Amino acid sequence: MFSKIVSIVSIVFFSLTSYGQSEGMALIKGGTYIPLYGTDSMPVKVDNFHIDKYPVTNAEYVKFLEENPKWKKSNVIALYADGNYLRHFTNDSKLKEGELLNAPMTNVSWFAAKKYCECLGKRLPTLDEWEYVGMADEKRADARSKDDYNKFILSWYEKPNSHNQEIGSTFKNYYGVYDMHGLVWEWTQDFNSVLISGESRKDVDGSSNLFCGGAAVGSSDLMNYAAFMRYAFRGSIKANYSIRTLGFRCAKSIK
Amino acid sequence: MIDSQIKSKLKMFASFSLLLGAASLSSCSGGANQESETRKMNSADIKVVSEMKAELTSPPFVPKSTANREATKLIVDMEILEQTGEMADGVEYVYWTFGGTVPGSFIRTKVGDEVEFTLKNHPDNKLPHNIDLHAVNGPGGGAASSFVAPGHEITFSFKTLNPGLYVYHCATAPVGMHIANGMYGLILVEPEGGLPPVDKEYYIMQGDFYTKGNFGDQGVQPFDMQKAIDEDADYVVFNGKVGALTGDNALTAKVGETVRLFVGNGGPNLVSSFHVIGEIFDRVHVEGGDLVNTNVQTTLIPAGGAAIVEFKVDVPGELVIVDHSIFRAFNKGALGMLSVSGDENKKIFAGTIQEGIYLPEGGTIQSMPVEAKVDQPIVELSKSEKMANGKKLYGSTCFACHQANGEGIANAFPPLAKADYLNADVSRAIEIVLRGKTGEITVNSKKYNSVMTAQNLTDKEVAAVMTYVYNSWGNNGTEVTEEMVKKVRNK
Repeated sequence: MFSKIVSIVSIVFFSLTSYGQSEGMALIKGGTYIPLYGTDSMPVKVDNFHIDKYPVTNAEYVKFLEENPKWKKSNVIALYADGNYLRHFTNDSKLKEGELLNAPMTNVSWFAAKKYCECLGKRLPTLDEWEYVGMADEKRADARSKDDYNKFILSWYEKPNSHNQEIGSTFKNYYGVYDMHGLVWEWTQDFNSVLISGESRKDVDGSSNLFCGGAAVGSSDLMNYAAFMRYAFRGSIKANYSIRTLGFRCAKSIK
Repeated sequence: MIDSQIKSKLKMFASFSLLLGAASLSSCSGGANQESETRKMNSADIKVVSEMKAELTSPPFVPKSTANREATKLIVDMEILEQTGEMADGVEYVYWTFGGTVPGSFIRTKVGDEVEFTLKNHPDNKLPHNIDLHAVNGPGGGAASSFVAPGHEITFSFKTLNPGLYVYHCATAPVGMHIANGMYGLILVEPEGGLPPVDKEYYIMQGDFYTKGNFGDQGVQPFDMQKAIDEDADYVVFNGKVGALTGDNALTAKVGETVRLFVGNGGPNLVSSFHVIGEIFDRVHVEGGDLVNTNVQTTLIPAGGAAIVEFKVDVPGELVIVDHSIFRAFNKGALGMLSVSGDENKKIFAGTIQEGIYLPEGGTIQSMPVEAKVDQPIVELSKSEKMANGKKLYGSTCFACHQANGEGIANAFPPLAKADYLNADVSRAIEIVLRGKTGEITVNSKKYNSVMTAQNLTDKEVAAVMTYVYNSWGNNGTEVTEEMVKKVRNK
């Protein structure tokens, strides 16, 4: 009896400490920014919010699976996760050999990532929130006009096989957030709100209203190229996809 | 606004052509346009009788002719791989590929085929991709229907209506970058009855590459977006790398054989002046289409375009395949070899005239612009280091003329292997590398009257490459030091 109470208490305690509340999150002071895409180039307002300092790791996800068995590979509904879900696990709860506990969790669908965040009282960041934080380099909130920043991002985008690295192995940005670029792609809440049709050249047609034609046709800027690739990636995925290089982190609104 | 202008122009054009069409119909003459229109209609009506898996080949090879088969349902299975490869000796590059090669696998179809195309994006890949086949009549050449995320596959289908040789490429944003990293290849749509049989068929595709370092800079070289935008190529190569068609990889043919080259240009930026030194194209399918031109020296291949060139090889020797925008050939890698073996035919080529050898620099020595080099204290490399560096330098600097094993090219470029002229005087040899050489010399009792340009190399590089040359192919084993080079340079 007593031991049962202890174990319940310890589970509660465990989940509190391991998942925290705003712990492990950085406060992002909101503002406005002009995204590459959108119905037009109007500035977008972003409110204050919290975002995880690190992407969610394999180890953290394993805990989630223990507490939410219906998200295990053998139980998950196909509608919510395709055949690549947890492809780097040997079975329902164990990582394959060579996979690092402290590496970002990938091969995870949008549905699963969303559920993970919700179980912690969090949510996925919106696309605008993610892009807003992603503008920062080590020293500046908006480094998008900086050559080195863009070259770093582009050079990562063109390298395959860079998924099995530990979190925190890239850089800590202006807000104290790690690994926004250079580790894995990340899910956002509304990843498909900007549609890329798959025929990117057609998307420059102003009448399709998908994005600003000027930006696409005249984007000799490296900055736009980096963003292009991110939006192209988002345009190619569906919510039940699980991809080796696609992870996530959570965010939280400030009430 | 602009859009609507274009649309209204298109409408005008359409009605104009309708009028034309009506006119030619009433006069029963039927212009060329109408002919091809009719044929296209017929192609669409061709029934497919069976189903087969397409044979896909890596360059420089092509699948077998479709002459002996009916139009069919053709299953094409292609995998996209992002992988590290070698751009030149000691230079690595991350290529994005269709089928693991640059250019991608050759697809051979026949007019009327129903192609069922499955595109697989390997799970380890970072990026989404798609494919635009210029052989497709349909939106984006299939690009919109084939957009596929890593770890996924997608199937679409199309019917081949127009015979010809077509480029395919990735069209995912940023399009230029996907092409610049090697995502292109060729798809052939053969006419009914197939192309006429020939003895040898090969697949060559030119591409320009943009790297962070300059040509020959060692190590992994990332893609340089700024250079790509500026169209400032570091490498212009055939089949994805320097030396893909030279040395052991040279194409081969026998005297008397007819050779057909399927030549494409992936770009992304540069137009190719495709030329084979020492050969005249008997027939060229201009731009890969129906128009055949005969007796062509150099054919222009636009980026995103192709040509079929055919010629009979008459005499033995090395035919040099180049982009005749010639600095690309000798300084950026656009150089390949077709090695022809067989008996001499003195009637066609007597060997005394230097026909077909192109001397890009003209009759006098010209020197490369030399940048001021900071004097650094000499740290002499070990002999083995010199041999290793020298070999790479030889591959990027000397090899085009003096050939892989220092054998040279008869009547044009003197040999370095077992060369008496070389072994007799090391200072003279150093001076030739530094300052160039013109005029008649005798090497191994054969006369050469050619031009070598002054080489823009550092003392360290000259010492390395000359040590390599002196310690290879039966030469006398001299080790050239930087001090020796310096002495000649300051003379």
